[in-house]
Amino acid sequence: MSNAVPLLQVKNLRVEFPTRRGTLVALDDVSFQIAPGEVLGVVGESGAGKSMTGAAIIGLLEPPGRIAKGEILLDGRRIDNLRYEQMRRIRGKEIGAIFQDPLTTLNPLYTVGRQLVETMTTHLPINPAEARKRAIGWLEMVGIPAAAQRIDSYPHEFSGGMRQRVVIALALCAEPRLIVADEPTTALDVSIQAQVIALLKRLAREKGTAMMLVTHDMGVIAETADRVAVMYAGRIAEIGPVREVVKHANHPYSAGLMASIPPLDRRVERLAQIDGAMPRLSAIPKGCAYNPRCPRVFDKCREVRPDLMPAGTTEAACWLYETEAARG
Amino acid sequence: MAAVVKRFFDSDLWWSFKRSPVTVLSAVVALVCIFGAALAPWIAPHDPFDLASLNLIDAFKPPVWAEDGVAEYLLGTDDQGRDVLSAIMYGARVSLLVGLSATAFATLVGVSVGLIAGYVGGAVDGLLMRICDIQLTFPSILVALLVDGVVRAVVPREVHDQIAIFVVIFAIGISEWPKFARTVRGSTLVERNKEYVQAARVIGVPKLRIMATHVLPNVVGPVLVVATLNLGLAILSEATLSFLGVGVPPTQPSLGTLIRIGNDFLFSGEWWITIFPGVALVAMVLSVNLLGDWLRDALNPKLR
Amino acid sequence: MFAFVISRILQAIPVLLTVSLISFAMFAYVGDPVAIMLGQDFTEAQRDALVRDLGLDQPFWVQFAEFVGNAVQGQFGLSYRLSRPVAELIAERAPATLELAFCAAVLSLAIGVPMGVYTGLYRNSWLSRFFLTFSLVGVSLPTFLIGILLILVFAVWLGWLPSFGRGDTVQIGWWSTGFLTWSGIKALILPSITLGLFQLTLIMRLVRAEMMEVLRSDYIKFARARGLPNRVVHFGHALKNTLVPVITIVGLQLGAIIAFAIVTETVFQWPGMGLLFIQSVGVADIPVMSAYLLLIAVVFVTINLIVDLLYYAVDPRLRIGRGKGGH
Repeated sequence: MSNAVPLLQVKNLRVEFPTRRGTLVALDDVSFQIAPGEVLGVVGESGAGKSMTGAAIIGLLEPPGRIAKGEILLDGRRIDNLRYEQMRRIRGKEIGAIFQDPLTTLNPLYTVGRQLVETMTTHLPINPAEARKRAIGWLEMVGIPAAAQRIDSYPHEFSGGMRQRVVIALALCAEPRLIVADEPTTALDVSIQAQVIALLKRLAREKGTAMMLVTHDMGVIAETADRVAVMYAGRIAEIGPVREVVKHANHPYSAGLMASIPPLDRRVERLAQIDGAMPRLSAIPKGCAYNPRCPRVFDKCREVRPDLMPAGTTEAACWLYETEAARG
Repeated sequence: MAAVVKRFFDSDLWWSFKRSPVTVLSAVVALVCIFGAALAPWIAPHDPFDLASLNLIDAFKPPVWAEDGVAEYLLGTDDQGRDVLSAIMYGARVSLLVGLSATAFATLVGVSVGLIAGYVGGAVDGLLMRICDIQLTFPSILVALLVDGVVRAVVPREVHDQIAIFVVIFAIGISEWPKFARTVRGSTLVERNKEYVQAARVIGVPKLRIMATHVLPNVVGPVLVVATLNLGLAILSEATLSFLGVGVPPTQPSLGTLIRIGNDFLFSGEWWITIFPGVALVAMVLSVNLLGDWLRDALNPKLR
Repeated sequence: MFAFVISRILQAIPVLLTVSLISFAMFAYVGDPVAIMLGQDFTEAQRDALVRDLGLDQPFWVQFAEFVGNAVQGQFGLSYRLSRPVAELIAERAPATLELAFCAAVLSLAIGVPMGVYTGLYRNSWLSRFFLTFSLVGVSLPTFLIGILLILVFAVWLGWLPSFGRGDTVQIGWWSTGFLTWSGIKALILPSITLGLFQLTLIMRLVRAEMMEVLRSDYIKFARARGLPNRVVHFGHALKNTLVPVITIVGLQLGAIIAFAIVTETVFQWPGMGLLFIQSVGVADIPVMSAYLLLIAVVFVTINLIVDLLYYAVDPRLRIGRGKGGH
């Protein structure tokens, strides 16, 4: 998968928030790629910068946040420095987005049909009648029963899970090649989460849509993603094929994260936990950001910040693998 | 105490204050108004109530920079030779006094009602809020006018002149309490359902104490904002009542009274008699409103 | 729909009854109408006859019922000051106030809403800053001072517009209008601006605040993420959501215009209901005051009803049975 031509490339992305007490670095030196049709899972604790990365890609960082360094390329074309109007044509058309809370992402005053139709007529060369026909098709595809009748319903007439299905339809209806899904199931009932994820996975596969799936649910990642990026304090700690990261994580942080997932095949007395908490953006320690909590910390970790380097079957930002990297 | 002061200067509130030149300026203007008004008997150049010092020869003097202006009367004189500047300072005193008292009265009534409604809930809440709703339907100036009119009808004229200033305070205060009650009730409802209040209830802290120690401190912020914004409104209400001739008695002219008196001379060209008190009134209200706006934004970071 | 209207009307009745009660209490107990109406010389028999005529010997609730009954028929007794039926006085003056209020309302909405939308969308442009400063001055300037300033500039110094009265009016049935003569229209300009300016700034600030709130919402972010053009996001999605809460307050503000007309009418000696009211307060002419109070209550209740209906038209969430329990 990794030798295919990348659809999305993020290179050395740095996002800053100027505040009165100085500039906060929300994302620092984040680099990764997504191949066409590939699902990249992004995991990490709250505040690790997962959602921020998604917002930067779709060009909707909340001011005063801004991209201070680095590049974002779609099909090899830079999109991080586009003007608002140029970027608008890409949003929805090339990159779709799914937000966390379906209760607040739909405009309460318009029918779901209207919202679907306006999205399609904005991006596709079709008339409203055709768009309406397709809208019904999309609603059927995302599993809304009696779609032809429900198309004229307002968002509040749907349940949370149904609304998220509508949101998925909205994100996919202009047939983008990449979807940025920011915690698409977090706000849903546990019983519905699996359905929605399965739907998302199936549609992405059918349409050949690549996806950046932001979540803190490792189960979702293990089931859906091809590759996974583990984020910590605004940087990528480890990135690699999902099997490898889940089964043999190389970075001590991802190893700790994986050890905290309850295994299904055996009983354990006590789950592993990582002591301490992620540092605030204003107080990221010198060297590796994880060093105060790391069980395998040594002197260099406290002094110099590691970049991603090959570590077995994955890449990890950890000095433990320095020698291996040097060996090539 | 020193720690409290230090915390204040360290706070976001102070920081946002320093950062906004408009706010600093309005604070300065407000302070000038307050000092000018409070110290009027000592720093005003003339005593507008000392009839003996009035001289009709000095009547209708324009401000000092106009052709016939005299340095003695910086902002000119009125029809009786009264110094306009001094009259403004004394007038501002009455305006501020009424505004502050009315706001304090409205705060007292509104906060009590709001706390009770929010905390007791049920039928009491329903009834109190219904009263609020009905009263809020009517513009406060109308309520104040009605209260004033009723009092006028009930008490004899001589008595009325003596208590007029209290009637105005009462009328304006009564016309504005529902806003406080609404605000406080809203915050109380939010606080009441918070876990720490629930916890206090579970361990048997008496209701009154919960209200005083847990709920009240949390509604201080919103109340302060409403009070500041309402102070401007109260000053305006007083000025309006006095302008309409049903406010404070002419023996204790407020800025509104001065404007009304001056209004009669507008057509004969003596504009300064009415315009300067107007400018003073606007400066006072504008600075208070600006401070209120700033306070609201500073205490409600969501809106920034 | 029908049930909705009925329920709203039923809800309005307690409000009207409360106001009637206050109004009646004023009418019946404040001052001594008998003494006022009889003047200096009267006999005991005359007095008793008047008391019986006015129904003052009846129990409170009977009197109140009679008061409400009369009020519904538009009878509010005689003005103490002018010794004429209050209903007649009010009917005579209503057109002046309503025409003034109408002009002021149109002015404040037509300018206030666009200004609010603009300042909400382009928060940092210099024009927005200018509008905001202007609005703050507008909120801090008392109505009567605005009137005085306008008179000073446009009537006294420039001499372009009249400073008092309605100009020439044309009688159409019982309605007298100033819209049909040049001098009538000229006379309307300054009072309308005076009366509308405060509401204009208020509406502008309200629309702005609401617009900013809506622009921060998730569905606006999602609309942007769907790549909708700014025009659609701002004027389709954001503006419509802004209108929902704005309608209520704007409705109440329009009602307030009629009440605030008291001040404007005093400044411009405008022969409307407000001037009548303020003259009545000065001499404690209770019948006029209580009638005016009731009238304003009816106006507000009517406006509230219209606002509710508008709400119903704009917000689909209200159209579905409330049994479902919100969202």
